[in-house]
Amino acid sequence: MSGAQGDGAVVSHAQEPDLHIFAAIVENKFGVLARVAGLFSRRGFNIFSLAVAPTDDPAYSRITIVVDVHNTDVTQIAKQLDKLINVINISELHPSDSVERELMLARVGAVDLAAVVDVISEYGGEVLDHTDDEAIVSVSAHPDRLDRCERQLRPFGLHVLQRTGRIALRALDASEPAVGMAS
Amino acid sequence: MELTGAQALMRSLEMSGVEVMFGLPGGAILPVYDPVLDSPIRHVLVRHEQGAGHMAQGYAHVTGKPGVAMVTSGPAATNIVTPLCDAFMDSIPMVVVTGQVAMSAIGSDAFQECDTTGITMAVTKHNYLVTDAADIPRIVAEAFHIATTGRPGPVLIDLPKDISNEMMTWYWPDGVELPGYRPRSGVDPAAIAEAAALIRTAQRPVIYAGGGLLKARAAEALREFAEMCDIHVVTTLMARGVFPDRHPLCLGMPGMHGNYSAVTAMQQADLLINLGARFDDRVTGNPAHFAPGAKVIHVDIDPAEHGKVRVPDVAIVGDARLAVEALIAALRPADGSDTTAATADRSAWKSTISGWQEQYPLQYDQPSSGHPLKPQYVVEQLRDNTPDDTIVVAGVGQHQMWASQYWKFDYPYTWVNSGGLGTMGFAVPAAIGAKVGQPDRTVWAVDGDGCFQMTAQELISASAENIPVKVAILNNAYLGMVRQWQELFYAERYSEVYLSADHPDYVGWAEAMGCAGIRVESAEEVVPAITKANSIDDRPVVIDFRVDTEEKVYPMVPAGGSNDDIILGPEGDADAVLKGSAPS
Ligand SMILES: Cc1ncc(C[n+]2csc(CCOP(=O)(O)OP(=O)(O)O)c2C)c(N)n1
Ligand SMILES: [Mg+2]
Repeated sequence: MSGAQGDGAVVSHAQEPDLHIFAAIVENKFGVLARVAGLFSRRGFNIFSLAVAPTDDPAYSRITIVVDVHNTDVTQIAKQLDKLINVINISELHPSDSVERELMLARVGAVDLAAVVDVISEYGGEVLDHTDDEAIVSVSAHPDRLDRCERQLRPFGLHVLQRTGRIALRALDASEPAVGMAS
Repeated sequence: MELTGAQALMRSLEMSGVEVMFGLPGGAILPVYDPVLDSPIRHVLVRHEQGAGHMAQGYAHVTGKPGVAMVTSGPAATNIVTPLCDAFMDSIPMVVVTGQVAMSAIGSDAFQECDTTGITMAVTKHNYLVTDAADIPRIVAEAFHIATTGRPGPVLIDLPKDISNEMMTWYWPDGVELPGYRPRSGVDPAAIAEAAALIRTAQRPVIYAGGGLLKARAAEALREFAEMCDIHVVTTLMARGVFPDRHPLCLGMPGMHGNYSAVTAMQQADLLINLGARFDDRVTGNPAHFAPGAKVIHVDIDPAEHGKVRVPDVAIVGDARLAVEALIAALRPADGSDTTAATADRSAWKSTISGWQEQYPLQYDQPSSGHPLKPQYVVEQLRDNTPDDTIVVAGVGQHQMWASQYWKFDYPYTWVNSGGLGTMGFAVPAAIGAKVGQPDRTVWAVDGDGCFQMTAQELISASAENIPVKVAILNNAYLGMVRQWQELFYAERYSEVYLSADHPDYVGWAEAMGCAGIRVESAEEVVPAITKANSIDDRPVVIDFRVDTEEKVYPMVPAGGSNDDIILGPEGDADAVLKGSAPS
């Protein structure tokens, strides 16, 4: 779950992470992800999760980066990122002002399939595949709820877990971001 | 018109106004070296690709135009990584073209393949891998635009060999379209007004002049601003020359080896007017103790510099010249009266500063016997026996600090050095590039013996191409700066810093490279040697000045310490370890 980390960015595990979400529109060109990831590592910014895919216009991609900002000035992250030529714009999404989702796929023990279904249906999840003793489930929810769902599935035996990292959009009634820059 | 990619590249460089390029050919760049023969662009053949990069930097420093270098793939590309990083740190406009293996071979560990764009991503403002010959004019136009606008920097173009051979239909773009790159130059009038208010009421203001002023060609504006407001100016290592050293308001260089008045004036200021500087650790010392009572106005074209080290009270994003001109306009009284009258009473501050200047000048002692020869004396004699607009190019180490301290810079663009990266070996090639850019000016490199040994081979390029630079080696037989740290912070345990004064034989080496070589061992020989060197204009000259091996650079602020703990001379040596540590 943690991405590129420079030596300078080692965050003590005892500390609660202080997560901020940045949304960047980037040119969909060769090597852009490497530029973004490289910038984070060399400036000592700590990536918590990163999701990237083309926008409706395939010339651009939208990157949602969740950053643990312990010891880092949030505006520095945005300003340094904005210096990359291929970054079109960048804004910070405050959790209270945004809508967030993350997708999880998991292979869980399912001798008691009904009990597994009980847990995931609370989160709007579904069973995608199953045998006598195992199931693959899919849950899409707010990342905090996904954390809770994951904890509840653990007793069944969590054999493989894949989460996508969060994506986020500004809520419809949210005000303009404190940190935001168009190029 | 149908051209090969190689021809299109050369033509694009011509269209971008390139007059000279520095480089060395090899397999992957071979197609481009053929049209080099037909191009009006002068090509200087180097002996090592690091030399090409530093020559391009020296050229850019003194002309303000982007420096251009071209080398082949693999080892040549890695050889030029150091100059790219150097140019990135010091915001030098530069365009580097590297050859690359053919597209079909990329990723196969082909002969001399190296992931050049991957390696240089962190040390360039931007880089390109060309994948279609039709893109070449657009990419070259973009590269020059990015290198020279906003905060200048190096841009690399990696050109696969098959793309060089591919045919394309020639065009030249009308402009560039970079939706993610819109550097701001104009300044915000509200921020200017806030800054002007702080300047009016400050009682102990200091102008902290940085290299950005030189990039913005703002020396005249700075002078008008400083004189109009009657405020003292410190010039950082990157900004030496932007304000005349002989001007009564000039305090000289601040920082780790800055002079007492510059360091202490910043430390005790109530307002720092930072114009194009970046609060580098070599200036601030421990930032927590730097200029504790000062409000900060920070002008920078790169908004990311605001708040990176020190949070400014007023941040002004934009071109330093435009910002200074706007400040002048905001502060000039409508009735044409004396501006200083409208400001706070600064007489106490001014007399404090002149007191420091009198009490704590830079000092050293050249024994009248002539032995040992002091390096500072050599710099002073060079300064006094060369034209005032001589371009001085330094290496990295003690000699660099002495050159910056003891030279009197009266003109902008007369000082070239490696500030941010501190690259030993910078001086000789950068001096050659500077001389190519300003052929009518005298160019002196002040180099260390250690530095000289890193890139001296470029003097062969200079001899071959008839580029008559002059090199003063302050030969102290040591990696002197490191020796100084070991003396002060490692209890005189000298580890791997002795070089020997006699090996190599610098005079013999200079002559073997087609230069004139002169050896100087005592003070009396200094001026005659300089006079002789100045009279030689048909080849490079190297003077081996045998200087005191034990001389140290003062003042000095130990790393991690506060600038209040400045050590002025040998009498402070014993305290050094208590005040901080050896610099990193
Ligand atoms: C490429 C490189 N390697 C190592 C260093 C570390 N370093 C800084 S100054 C210095 C000594 C330079 O020796 P010399 O050129 O003789 O200059 P001096 O200090 O003696 O004047 C060294 C090794 C450096 N700055 N650059
Ligand atoms: Mg030396």
